Amino acid sequence: MIDFITQPWPWFVGGPLIAFVLFILFYFGKFFGVSSNLDHLCSIAGADKISDYFKIDLKTKSWSLLFVAGIIIGGFIAHFYLSDGNAINLNPTTVNELTQLGFADAGKSYLPSEIFSIDKLLTLKGFVILLGAGVLIGFGTRYAGGCTSGHAITGLSNLELPSLIATIGFFIGGLIMTWFLIPLLF
Amino acid sequence: MKNLKFLVFGVLFGIILSKTEVVSWYRIYEMFKFQSFHMYGIIGSAVAIGIVLMQLFKKEIVKDFWGNKIRVQNKESNFVKNLVGGTIFGLGWALAGACPGPIFVLLGHGSLAIVVILFGAILGAFIQGILRNKLP
Repeated sequence: MIDFITQPWPWFVGGPLIAFVLFILFYFGKFFGVSSNLDHLCSIAGADKISDYFKIDLKTKSWSLLFVAGIIIGGFIAHFYLSDGNAINLNPTTVNELTQLGFADAGKSYLPSEIFSIDKLLTLKGFVILLGAGVLIGFGTRYAGGCTSGHAITGLSNLELPSLIATIGFFIGGLIMTWFLIPLLF
Repeated sequence: MKNLKFLVFGVLFGIILSKTEVVSWYRIYEMFKFQSFHMYGIIGSAVAIGIVLMQLFKKEIVKDFWGNKIRVQNKESNFVKNLVGGTIFGLGWALAGACPGPIFVLLGHGSLAIVVILFGAILGAFIQGILRNKLP
């Protein structure tokens, strides 16, 4: 049993479990979505004094902030106690392509050191890439009204057109970045 | 505290995202290169089950904890916001290899670089909030 937990989980375990998380949140009167917490964090940091958009009654959002705090704890538990090593079983074609782009150890850990190492973080280019990626994520999700959880999973499940349009956008942006911009950046 | 259960659900969600490798930059790259079924299987099966759940909610076959009808709030419909916002997010998702949920998971992994991404995401949300009324 413990072996089953510590090895990577296949998609047909992960997908249904994510659907269960969606269910349990609706069952207790809430909704499934993560990116709105970025607005809540702005509000906590004092953005409510600058724009009425951030005047949020945080008491009504405490469940959501607790959910996010839980996600961090879950990441910690999974990484340090439920892991049998961190190699990703990537498609060999992907590994080859990444090697050619200069990613030396593709799939040997969760994150490429070419983007996430402290050395890269301390270079101007590396820092701008990380910060810029974050800004795109924060701006884009809030402007679109949701991220992968709120639009691609909840919204598509509810057969909503805005979520289909947003998800198409996710892929337009993702394909442009992966096929055209990443080869230029690295 | 009655909201504490949401912390537990978050822990569960964080473990799921971590163990299924959804939080790996490589899995997102592979997905956008159409070189693996993994991510499509996860999102696809979650949505397939989600569609059934939403129907059960609408037909009141499944009710909430208190026995009330579960209502799913519709998303704001604005073609430009949905498409342009979605595209901007997609650029960041593929570059960082993480969407908002995985950003928090990776904080738990102890990645320092993710702190910069999270700070950027909060900054991006702040810029959006300030500019929202001036944007289409």
